Amino acid sequence: MTQNVLEARGLTKRYGRVTALDGCDFDLRPGEILAVIGDNGAGKSTLIKALSGAIQPDEGEIRLDGRPAHFASPLAARQSGIETVYQTLALSPALSISDNMFMGREIRREDLLGRWFGILDRARMDRIAREKLSELGLLTIQNIGQRVETLSGGQRQGVAVARAAAFGSKVVILDEPTAALGVKESRKVLDLILDVRARGLPIVLISHNMPHVFEIADRIHVHRLGRRLCLIDPKQHSMSDAVAYMTGAKVPEEVLAA
Amino acid sequence: MTEATVARFEHRRTTAESIQHFLHRFPTMVPVIVLIVSVAGFALAAPNFMSAFNLSLILQQVAVVGTLAAAQSLVILTAGIDLSVSAVMVLCSVIMGKLAVEMGVPVPIAIAAGIAAGLGTGWVNGTLVTRLRLPPFITTLGTLNIFIALVYYLSGRNTIRSQDIDASAPLLKLFGQNFRLGGFVITYGVLLMLAVFAVLYVALNMTAWGKRVYAIGDDAEAAALAGIRVNRVLLSVYVTAGLICGLAAWSSIGRVGSVSPTSFVEANLESITAVVIGGISLFGGRGSIAAPLIGAIIVGVFNSGLRLMGVDVLWQLFATGWLIIIAVAVDQWIRKIAS
Amino acid sequence: MNTLKTTACAAAALFAATLGANAQEPTRACIITKTDINPFFVKMKEGAEEKGRELGVEIMAYAGKIDGDHETQQQAMESCIAAGVKGILLVASDPKAIVAQVEQAQAQGILVIALDTPLEPADAADATFATDNYEAGRLIGAWARGTLGDAAQDAKVAMLNINASQPSVDVLRNQGFTEGFGIDPKDNTRIGDEDDPRIVGQDYTDGNEEGGRRAMEALFQRDPSINVVYTINEPAAAGAAEALRAFGRQEGVTIVSVDGGCPGVQNVADGVIGATSQQYPRKMAEMGIEAIAAFAKDGTRPQNTEGLSFTDTGVQLVTDKPVEGVPSITSAEGLKLCWG
Repeated sequence: MTQNVLEARGLTKRYGRVTALDGCDFDLRPGEILAVIGDNGAGKSTLIKALSGAIQPDEGEIRLDGRPAHFASPLAARQSGIETVYQTLALSPALSISDNMFMGREIRREDLLGRWFGILDRARMDRIAREKLSELGLLTIQNIGQRVETLSGGQRQGVAVARAAAFGSKVVILDEPTAALGVKESRKVLDLILDVRARGLPIVLISHNMPHVFEIADRIHVHRLGRRLCLIDPKQHSMSDAVAYMTGAKVPEEVLAA
Repeated sequence: MTEATVARFEHRRTTAESIQHFLHRFPTMVPVIVLIVSVAGFALAAPNFMSAFNLSLILQQVAVVGTLAAAQSLVILTAGIDLSVSAVMVLCSVIMGKLAVEMGVPVPIAIAAGIAAGLGTGWVNGTLVTRLRLPPFITTLGTLNIFIALVYYLSGRNTIRSQDIDASAPLLKLFGQNFRLGGFVITYGVLLMLAVFAVLYVALNMTAWGKRVYAIGDDAEAAALAGIRVNRVLLSVYVTAGLICGLAAWSSIGRVGSVSPTSFVEANLESITAVVIGGISLFGGRGSIAAPLIGAIIVGVFNSGLRLMGVDVLWQLFATGWLIIIAVAVDQWIRKIAS
Repeated sequence: MNTLKTTACAAAALFAATLGANAQEPTRACIITKTDINPFFVKMKEGAEEKGRELGVEIMAYAGKIDGDHETQQQAMESCIAAGVKGILLVASDPKAIVAQVEQAQAQGILVIALDTPLEPADAADATFATDNYEAGRLIGAWARGTLGDAAQDAKVAMLNINASQPSVDVLRNQGFTEGFGIDPKDNTRIGDEDDPRIVGQDYTDGNEEGGRRAMEALFQRDPSINVVYTINEPAAAGAAEALRAFGRQEGVTIVSVDGGCPGVQNVADGVIGATSQQYPRKMAEMGIEAIAAFAKDGTRPQNTEGLSFTDTGVQLVTDKPVEGVPSITSAEGLKLCWG
């Protein structure tokens, strides 16, 4: 069996008397789309925050490529190759597409101007941004100098996903990427996610939208009461099963067996 | 895409909307147009207004406030505000004057100490804003009072006279010296202001730091999630603003001639006025650094023009007031597109 | 038994002593100035405190945050009334608005003396100890006319005032100068109603160097042949001088001013300012405390200077180029008397 890209064992996070994560396990295989579903308050966002460095778990272990990893901040997780697309997208509307793609990791010119004065290599950044967007079939928009605020919701999502895919060397985490979108735009974003997988990057997809999850996920991590209830194969379970597991109306067989 | 195309087809833009879109793309055109119109207006209405002498005088008059406005706009771009700029400037000038004239410290060292004090005040403001997470308005309102108190303490509330500076530390007045360019009389203070804006223009538009400043002003949370060390950038912004205030202090000694603890009491609001009239959004993240320069010059043009027409000073206040309100209203109108 | 009696006696004595102390509680007085920034008011406060120590009057000092800060002064008045002082020395930032608090104080039997700035109406205060600002202006006006001689007939005069609200001190000095210079001041409660062509214009300085420079630049543009500059105070004069220097016109322009602060008098000595009318803030405060002490002792109320509606604390012209018919002191003498 191939090694998991990202895995966690026994993650626990307490906020005062509330236990948000209760000995949670997590496994992400290379090249897969792993959906994480769970009822509101089940602790999935806490899990994602722990994996992306936004919070630090009280107990438990995270391993990246088999090596123990400690993410002190989102920046540390990013530097290790874990890119997260937040529900809020973390884009700056007033800046251009290219500026947004390179936010926080701008490329300087290689000459003295760049080394001494930090002058940016705009041409190179624009070129790379254009390449990345066209790789993902997003170049319909795309005057690369256009401000992000002039884009539609789906296009913005596209920019954010492209940014994550361009820089995520190990894992891309997508938090509710279709929640704010209409039917057509959701379609495009789902295609985009499949494109990213096709390029070999494993994806963690957090979503409430069962049809979307069942359409593109390879496996589904069902989260309940602060831990992983079960991992299911969307081809062998129905959507109503998944919802029933999530809400506790039904107990999956694996758990029964255990 | 199709939805958008259909919508566009049914809805032809009116002239107003075309203007709105144009200004949205080129927001700096608003103050530029105001400047051109007001210069043209005063050229017709005010005698001597268009003389090279008067035009260069306007630049001299706005040099100090314009430089302060550069510092102010940096902070405002991060969606903050710095109410302490004038107090910092006066504090730095008092330190320079006190050391150089009263204590006999070599003048370059005195100047360096004054500028360093500017950096220090910026560090204090920035640390309070980033570490204690106090709103910039409150922080700088507090430090405004503290720095003014320091000014009175250090100056003994006394002016250092122009003649005493000439005698012992003429370098303090460097930025008051001028040269002629045709009919124009340009002080080094004007050049300093232009240089500060030029450097900021490059820094804000062509470096990573500049992009991060805009991103933080636009949406600090998004910037943090995108991997920007927000606190570090914010601190650098306040420190840079302090540095510019220190330079403005040096410039102000040249302009006023003396080191005066009571001069520039209004410079705070004047700097904010210049930023707002120039069209930098008080909500942060939007506007060109050229804007406050144009804004400061617009205010200077109105003051000069109205004074040359012999209009009572109250109408200058009146005009400035309307300029501010119109500038903010236009900003809001342009921003409607974004939402 | 004996012991008990002694104790009781001692207690009674102590009680009496305490009462006695209460009866002889030191007289207290307040001084409320416009700001703590201006050395003028600082000297005033110092004068009050020193005189207070000498006469055994306990001084409480308050000041507004900036010139024109009425609210802080209003609060200070209320604090003073609550503290039960005998008298209040008040330099009003808003001489009309503060009258309400002044009347409250007087209703409590407190003597209120306006220093430097008369209240409006002036008789709202029990007394006013002030510089005769009209006289101060008249002196420099007369001096300027004497200095110019016949050339005064076609002089070009710039008038640099404080601000657009035309506070009384602004009006009095301006109109005093106008009259002293030999220009018909028309309504002498208004600035700017004169039609004499010798006046190039009126502008505002906020009473500081930066404003002085800006105003001078503006008026100079209107008429570059200006050769007399009246200024409301010495910082404004210094700013005006700086502007003239930048224009290369430091020679041939006569600047006059009012105040008598040390940097200003030094500027007279250096020839930057031709003449200035010196006022005596310390003396105002000292006289004020004396008046309060006298009032506390036997209810004596201060009297106005003869022929004036207030008590004149004196003004002297400081110049090194005296003019016949205008009494003056030298800058060396002025430096000994200057305030800050």
